[in-house]
Amino acid sequence: MFKCSIDSLDKIFAEISKNATVYLPVDNDDGKAVYTKWENGVKWSNELNTVKSLKDFFFPQVENLMEFKVEGKNIEIKDIRTESEDFVVFGVRACDVRSFDILDRVFLVEPCDSYYANRREHGVIISVACTRPSETCFCNTFGIDATSPNGDITVWKTEDALYWNANTEKGKALLDKLNLDECDDSAVNEQKAKTAEIMKRLPLASLTTENFGGGKTDELFNRPEWKTLSESCLGCGTCTFVCPTCQCYDIKEFNNGNGVIRFRCWDSCMYSDFTKMAHGNNRLSQVERFRQRFMHKLVYYPENNEGIFGCVGCGRCLAKCPISMNIVKVMKTIGGND
Amino acid sequence: MQKISRDILVEKAISMLENGDVCSVLGWRKGEFDYDITPAVFTDKDDIKNNFVWNDFCGANFSKYLVQKTRKAEGKILVFLKPCDTYSFNQLLTEHRFDREKVYAIGIPCEGMVDINKIKEITGDGISSIDCGDKITVNTIYGDKFDIDATNVLSERCINCKSKKHVAYDELIGDEGEVLESNRFDEVTKLEQMTPDERFAFWQNELSKCIRCNACRDICPACTCEKCVFDNPKSGVENKAAANSFEEKMFHIIRAFHVAGRCTDCGECSRVCPQHIPLHLLNRKFIKDIDGFYGEYQAGDEVGSRAPLVNYTTEDIEAADIFEGRDN
Amino acid sequence: MQVKEYKPLIVAFCCNWCSYAGADLAGNNRLNYPADVKIIRVPCSCRVNPMFILRAFQRGADGVILCGCHPGDCHYTSGNYYTRRRMALLFSMLDYLGIERERTRVEWVSAAEGAKFAATMNDFAEKVAALGENKRLEDLRCKK
Repeated sequence: MFKCSIDSLDKIFAEISKNATVYLPVDNDDGKAVYTKWENGVKWSNELNTVKSLKDFFFPQVENLMEFKVEGKNIEIKDIRTESEDFVVFGVRACDVRSFDILDRVFLVEPCDSYYANRREHGVIISVACTRPSETCFCNTFGIDATSPNGDITVWKTEDALYWNANTEKGKALLDKLNLDECDDSAVNEQKAKTAEIMKRLPLASLTTENFGGGKTDELFNRPEWKTLSESCLGCGTCTFVCPTCQCYDIKEFNNGNGVIRFRCWDSCMYSDFTKMAHGNNRLSQVERFRQRFMHKLVYYPENNEGIFGCVGCGRCLAKCPISMNIVKVMKTIGGND
Repeated sequence: MQKISRDILVEKAISMLENGDVCSVLGWRKGEFDYDITPAVFTDKDDIKNNFVWNDFCGANFSKYLVQKTRKAEGKILVFLKPCDTYSFNQLLTEHRFDREKVYAIGIPCEGMVDINKIKEITGDGISSIDCGDKITVNTIYGDKFDIDATNVLSERCINCKSKKHVAYDELIGDEGEVLESNRFDEVTKLEQMTPDERFAFWQNELSKCIRCNACRDICPACTCEKCVFDNPKSGVENKAAANSFEEKMFHIIRAFHVAGRCTDCGECSRVCPQHIPLHLLNRKFIKDIDGFYGEYQAGDEVGSRAPLVNYTTEDIEAADIFEGRDN
Repeated sequence: MQVKEYKPLIVAFCCNWCSYAGADLAGNNRLNYPADVKIIRVPCSCRVNPMFILRAFQRGADGVILCGCHPGDCHYTSGNYYTRRRMALLFSMLDYLGIERERTRVEWVSAAEGAKFAATMNDFAEKVAALGENKRLEDLRCKK
């Protein structure tokens, strides 16, 4: 474990910036944290987490895949993929780090998504342990330890110091370059114990996944509660777009007059044309679309991925849903453990 | 802070359900915390007894839900309407979007709704309870306690409340209010007085935050198209994500234009925006212009009134003359 | 290297009954107006909805002008009265968003006003050219 003073953080960012772009949560003009490129004078936000998740860096909302150029009778196909530049994201919370276990299982299995893989290869994630979780946090439910997040490097922040620990080869290589002082882990352990106590007091601490998981499709699919839960759902895409694990996308084309740009953009199971096919649409009402989102996270995904749930408990959808309907209310109603 | 107690509304809803006057009740359902209230359809009186809430967080406007709910309902629906909701209610009736016979509307006075984001700016994260009394008392899991004046954390639309008068109801609970003098156009005027470059920078910054979640459109009581042009693959402008900064502008200009003259300024768009874009400033610009060019008009004020954009006079101002007397 | 002279691209929506005929008359009379004005014929000026105007900008127009019958002369009685209201509000909104107000215009041109059509287009093209390229309502994908 290594240690540095809080004041030397800028120096460290400057050092990392020599080889890679550094991003960290910074307050915007609205006082909300947004991942922003570090440069001199940019200050790390005190907010618990960013409004949008880290997935934007690896799986951006819009991404061009290829271009077609038509000249006469020839169609030229242009591969516009380029090698991603190295980048480092600092200040990632435990929930968002875990989201990559979920996304990797979608994008990195065969056939591997080269656009995503490229960015994963070039990105280093430096996570930060939580000390002041919000009432909307429930990462515990999914077995995430917010006091000791994963990521290439883990950082613990105390009043005056930062403690660094590398978890992967990539992280170790980066940490070695920073020449920090070695130290023991007593301060970190003290913080972990303190935060763990707070975690127990969180209002959602008792939420469990025991009634969900693979093999529950038959039991949960036709539950009458879906109708009442989705009754007021607007069908907007807010929950899916702020979610760190929602990974559905649509591939579309834009004709600019000279050629065609094929791009992909996030899609949302809440939208009426989600997975629309030639025969029409297989989810005709909002009840079905609503059910899809939660069944995917709580049943289908674990069924196909050794029991890992597709939610990380970051609480963004709890904070952002226009009508305050969310996965916690669904779990308590459908799971019946309230 | 609300003057009408929850119990009166609960009692009313239960008695109407029991008497068979209505078959369901549109109301606000208790959430996980004290502030995350969900609009809900109640059909069971115990459910109402236990879960119906009426407090400073009941911002949701039910008018738009009536479009869908009245189609399916076999009997009447009881709906509670705050003064600003009644304008949307009338506007939807004007456009024949739901069957008035299927609705029993109870007007309830509103003292303004508070914005949880503003409360969190004061208290920080970790709210364990909120009590809406004379003061808003917030306790956190970190052992802090805050007493907040509701007037300091009112939502934007309530600070600039345009009317406490109900323009539609079958029954009114509590006292009737009045149309208010508000300063709701002050911010629009401030923007108008900036230079074009400043205005462009302001909107470029705001609109670039848009994530195209469509929450503003989906909550809007004036946006009731069965199929939105932005969802129609054949329209050529369907875009699930704004791939270029142009698309954010187009979406928001067209959306604001489409509701121009029909927007009642209920402020739901800005309330639900996850990125806190001040979308009401677009709608208010249209309202201010309409008032200035064609005479004062409040959408939803009366059922059946002709909206300014489906109306004209031979003496209307020419597009070339709208900037006369303005040099910026 | 010779720098290519900047010429603005202008889209003119012309109503079938008056302004399009006005443009014809300008042509018959050999009146000059810039070749960069691309005319799109519409049945009535009120056929043009705000999306048309924004889409023209998206696709590379530097200025958009809408021409219709004089108020009172609409072939459909009242189409241009609606247009007048719509465009007044739309142009005011574009200005509010910081888009240069000289990039948009409404002009009433009758079938007998060939000279007015040519003069309007010359004047509009000159004003738009002075502003330069449309940067504030551009779609970079269309510049590829």
